[in-house]
Amino acid sequence: MIYYSESHEYIRVEGEEGFIGISDYAQKQLGNVVYVDMPEEGDEITAGDDFGAIESVKAASDLIAPVSGEVLEVNTALEENPRLVNEDPMANWIIKVSIQDPSQLDSLMDEERYAAYCASLH
Amino acid sequence: MEEIKKTCLHDLHQALGAQMSPFAGWDMPIQYAGIEEEHRAVREACGVFDVSHMGEVNISGPDAEKLVNRLFTNDVAGAPVGQCFYGMMLHPDGGVVDDLLVYKRAADSFLLVINAANIAKDEAWILSNAEGYDVKVDLLSETTAELAIQGPKAESVVESVLGIPCADLAFYTFKELEVEGKPAIISRTGYTGEDGFELYAPAEVIRSAWQKLMASGEAAPCGLGCRDTLRFEVGLPLYGDELADDITPVEAGLSMFVKLDKTDMIGRDAVAAQKAEGPRRKSVGLELKDRAIPRHGYEVLDPEGNVIGHVTTGYHCISVDKSVAMALIDSRFAKQGTELQVRIRRKTFPATVVPKKFYKKSYKN
Repeated sequence: MIYYSESHEYIRVEGEEGFIGISDYAQKQLGNVVYVDMPEEGDEITAGDDFGAIESVKAASDLIAPVSGEVLEVNTALEENPRLVNEDPMANWIIKVSIQDPSQLDSLMDEERYAAYCASLH
Repeated sequence: MEEIKKTCLHDLHQALGAQMSPFAGWDMPIQYAGIEEEHRAVREACGVFDVSHMGEVNISGPDAEKLVNRLFTNDVAGAPVGQCFYGMMLHPDGGVVDDLLVYKRAADSFLLVINAANIAKDEAWILSNAEGYDVKVDLLSETTAELAIQGPKAESVVESVLGIPCADLAFYTFKELEVEGKPAIISRTGYTGEDGFELYAPAEVIRSAWQKLMASGEAAPCGLGCRDTLRFEVGLPLYGDELADDITPVEAGLSMFVKLDKTDMIGRDAVAAQKAEGPRRKSVGLELKDRAIPRHGYEVLDPEGNVIGHVTTGYHCISVDKSVAMALIDSRFAKQGTELQVRIRRKTFPATVVPKKFYKKSYKN
């Protein structure tokens, strides 16, 4: 199951774990990604707070945590090749987290609602 | 809030699908195909920028040279008609009112090309200082549009597509001519570190030139996004980043454009004194080993972690694939090779002081 936030992060949920990245809409808006600032394994993230940043040539955008939890893994492939986010943002998640409180997912959007939300931004 | 201004090409940018964004009160194209693609087009072939937001002021009359040389840091006296000059207007304390180009159109007529963000301030500054001088000051920003055609192929594009002869122009010279029956100026100048030209003319001429360039396919439409990455790579300053009312030319490393042998020049004594004493701050280049990007305003730290300045512009440099910055720092740390740090969000990254030219200019002389 995939959920989206208004700030365009997704979380793909597998059991008690989640893979967090940015949506295809977000990568298109950003253009070429040149750097992903990621937390470290073991860091705690808090829903609504930034856990890193993603940078295009012209600007840095905060990455906002869709849920609270602990960082289990960071996608180190993005360190050398941040452009993978443009190529396939769903396959190239940014961090893997343990989901502390699954009820936080309820405030996120499912695919259909997120698509409608993106459409409303134009 | 004032209504946002539009250049004479606004609808054409939208038709091309440009990403538009407010800049200095204007709704300007930031990018079309993408900043990197446009950046490379200028470095490798030819790109065209709508820079009609830039301001123009003409000063003419018997005292024109005297007034320009009082307001402007470079020396326009003695130079031939057709010469362009880069320089600044200074406050009495040496802070920079604006940086600008001056075109010597006649012994008694000078065109000043000023930054869009500073048009109102500059016009007021020029008019208040013109009192008592026998000059005519014409504010031409509203009626003058401008294109910058830049890149190694710019000369052939301007000649073949626009039909404007320009091969005879040396770097930093210009000529006045008629284009489609209207008065225009073409100069061999730019803000990209490449060979190139700037064309000033009324809106209808600029529209027609833009449309010819688009139809030819020989000049990529370029937005302000790559204008900034291009100028940054070759160490050219941007007012608001490297220059400001409280930053002096000595601090910015531009004192070669301040002719201190001119006695009647606003800010002269302050610059001379600072040059003699040495500035407390200096603009330097920084290179990071990491890919993290030092952006405008981020703190620069000494090895002990004390804040010694801030980043004025930073990018992951497109032409050389490195994270680099220009920064204004305590001059005690400005020596090349000095190891410093930059704070980027929650982390600090090692940075080395390097020359500000991250990419070598290739002008045609």
